[in-house]
Amino acid sequence: MAGTARLQIGVTAASGGVNVALSGPATLADATVLASRLDALPKDEPLEIDLDGVDRLDTAAAYALLRAEARAGGRLSFRGGSSETRALLARIRESLPKPDTETPARLSIPDRVELLGRRVSEAVAFLGELLGYFGIFLHRLVRSILHPSEFRLTALVHHCQEVGLKAVPIVALMSFLIGVVLAFQGSVQLRQFGAEVFVVDLIAISVLRELGILLTAIIVAGRTASAFTAAIGSMKMREEIDAMRTLAIDPAAALIVPRILALLITLPILGLIADLSGLIGGAIMSWLELGISPPMFQTRLLEGTDPKHVMVGLVKAPAFAILIGIIGCRAGMKVGGNAESLGRMTSSAVVAAIFAVIVADAAFSIFFAKVGI
Amino acid sequence: MAEDPIIRLRGIVNAFGPQVVHDGLDLDVYRGEILGVVGGSGTGKSVLLRTIAGLRRPQAGTVEVLGTDVLRADEDALEELQHHWGVMFQDGALFSALTVRENVEVPLKSVRGLDPKLRRELADLKIALSGLPYLAGDKYPSELSGGMRKRAGLARALALDPDIVFLDEPTAGLDPIGAADFDNLIKDLRDTMGLTVFLVTHDLDTLHAICTRIAVLAEKKVLVTGTMAEMLEVDHPWVRSYFHGPRARAAIDAAEAIGN
Repeated sequence: MAGTARLQIGVTAASGGVNVALSGPATLADATVLASRLDALPKDEPLEIDLDGVDRLDTAAAYALLRAEARAGGRLSFRGGSSETRALLARIRESLPKPDTETPARLSIPDRVELLGRRVSEAVAFLGELLGYFGIFLHRLVRSILHPSEFRLTALVHHCQEVGLKAVPIVALMSFLIGVVLAFQGSVQLRQFGAEVFVVDLIAISVLRELGILLTAIIVAGRTASAFTAAIGSMKMREEIDAMRTLAIDPAAALIVPRILALLITLPILGLIADLSGLIGGAIMSWLELGISPPMFQTRLLEGTDPKHVMVGLVKAPAFAILIGIIGCRAGMKVGGNAESLGRMTSSAVVAAIFAVIVADAAFSIFFAKVGI
Repeated sequence: MAEDPIIRLRGIVNAFGPQVVHDGLDLDVYRGEILGVVGGSGTGKSVLLRTIAGLRRPQAGTVEVLGTDVLRADEDALEELQHHWGVMFQDGALFSALTVRENVEVPLKSVRGLDPKLRRELADLKIALSGLPYLAGDKYPSELSGGMRKRAGLARALALDPDIVFLDEPTAGLDPIGAADFDNLIKDLRDTMGLTVFLVTHDLDTLHAICTRIAVLAEKKVLVTGTMAEMLEVDHPWVRSYFHGPRARAAIDAAEAIGN
C-alpha cells in the first residue's frame, strides 16, 4: 500500500545555477506540488534536477518533470536516478502529447449572427424533413393499398392496441375532470346573471369543439410520440434498421406506416370518448352544483348545441394524428449510436409534438372563424 | 518468482444457481508478470476477473490483492485498493456522455489537491501513452472505432498509475495489425510502468507474444499454469487441442518468425 512518505523537494541556489534535489516517492499525490515548485524556479538560470534520492517515479511526476524541461528549453538537465527512473522519463518524453488543436476562441458578434442563421435554417430544414416523412408515409400507404399482401396487419392491430386502447382510461379520466372543472367554474360565473342553464352550452361547445380533442391529442403526443421515438430509436441504435435494409425490408413500410396509421384510426375514437366523458363529467357537476338534472341537461344539449361542433372538433383529429406520428417516427430515425442521443431525441419529440398540436389547433381555429363555421 | 504473490486466490467457489463455474480454484499472480488466462467458452474467465476486481462475490474462498482481503476489507481499504488497480472492459465501457479526455479524468478526480489544469494534461498524456492521437481526447466514445475505444478504456485504466491492470479480451475484435500493436503496447507499458497484467484472452498470438505465464481454466479450476513452452508439453486433451490446433501452429510459426 502507499506509504505515508512524501516527496521532499530541496532547492539550493549555487553560483552555476539552481539545483533541485528530489527524494522519496515522486507520485501523482505530489505531482501538483512538484509542478508548481518547478514553475516557480528562476526563469533565466541553468537548472539541475537531482534524481538520486527518488525511490519511485510514476508517470504523473515524470510528466511534471518533463513539462518543466520543455518550458526551460535546454537550460534544464537531469542528474543521476536509477535505471528505471531514467527509462520511464525517456518513455514518457517519447509520447508527450502534441496538441494540434487550439481551444476555440470566444464567439464574436458575426459568429453569433451566423449561429442564429444556422438555427433558423435548421428549423426550416426540420419542417422540410417532416414534409418528406409525410410524403414517404403517403407513398408507402398507397403502395400497400395496391399490394395488400405487403401490408402489416398484425403490426397495425398491435399499435392500435398500444396507442388507442391502452390510452382510453387516462383520456377518459382527464376529459371527465375537465368537464367537472368547466361546469364548476361556469356555474360560479353564470349564476351572477341568473343564467345557470347556459352552463350546458358552455360545456358542450368548449369540450366538443376544442378541449376534448386538443387535450386528447396532447396526452397522446406525450405518451405515443415518446414511445415511437424510443422504439424506433433503440432499433436504430442496435443497427436493426440497417439489418432490415440489408434484408430488403423497407423500414418505412414496416415501422412508420403501421404506427401512423394506428394513430390515424384511434385518435378520432379517443377524441369521441373524450367528448363523451367530458359531457358526463359536466352533467354530473351541473346536477350536483346547479340542480340541472341529467334529462334536463340532455334536452338543453340537444336544443342548444349544433352537431357541427362535434364535427369541427373531430375533423382536427387526423391532422393531429399525422403530426404526432411523423414527429415521433422522424425523431426515432434520427437517433445516433449512443443512449444519450436516444434520451435527447425522445424528449425533443414530445416537446415538438405537443407544440405542433397546439400550433395546428390555433391554425384550425383561425380557419374555422374565417369561413364562419 | 520466489516473492509473495500480488494476487492470491484460494478455494474460490462461483456458482450461478445449480451451475458451478469455479469449484475450489487457486491462483497466484506475481509482481511484474503478464498472466494470460485461457479456457473454453463458459469456463468462467470473465467471472474470475470480476471476482478479483471485487465486482462479484464468490460463494466461498478468499481473494487477496496486494495483501488486502478483498472480500472482508472495509470500504476505506477497498477504495484505497481500487486506486491500485485498473480494469479495461471488453468494449472499453467508457462513459458515453463524456469525452475520452473526461473519461480519463474521472479516476484522477479522486486525487486530492490535484490541479485541474495538470489533471487535464495528465489525461492527455495517458491518451498519448495508449497510442491514441491527440484529437481523440475531444471525441465521444460513440465517435471512435472499436480499437480506439479499447485504447481509451486502457488509458482510463492506467490513469492512476495502478500496480495491476485487468484486461478483458484486449485484442478481441481487432484486426491483426491492431491486435499486434495492442500487444506491443501492453508489453511496453508493463516494462516502463512496472505493471502487473492479468489478461483474459482467446488470442493465441497474444499468448505467444507477450504472456510470461499462462493459466488454463478447465474442470472448474486452474488446471495448469506455466510458460508457453510448458503448455506445449502438457498432456491433457483440452490443453493439447488448444495449444496444438491448426491456429496454434500458425501462432507458433509467427512467434518463431518474429524471434528470428
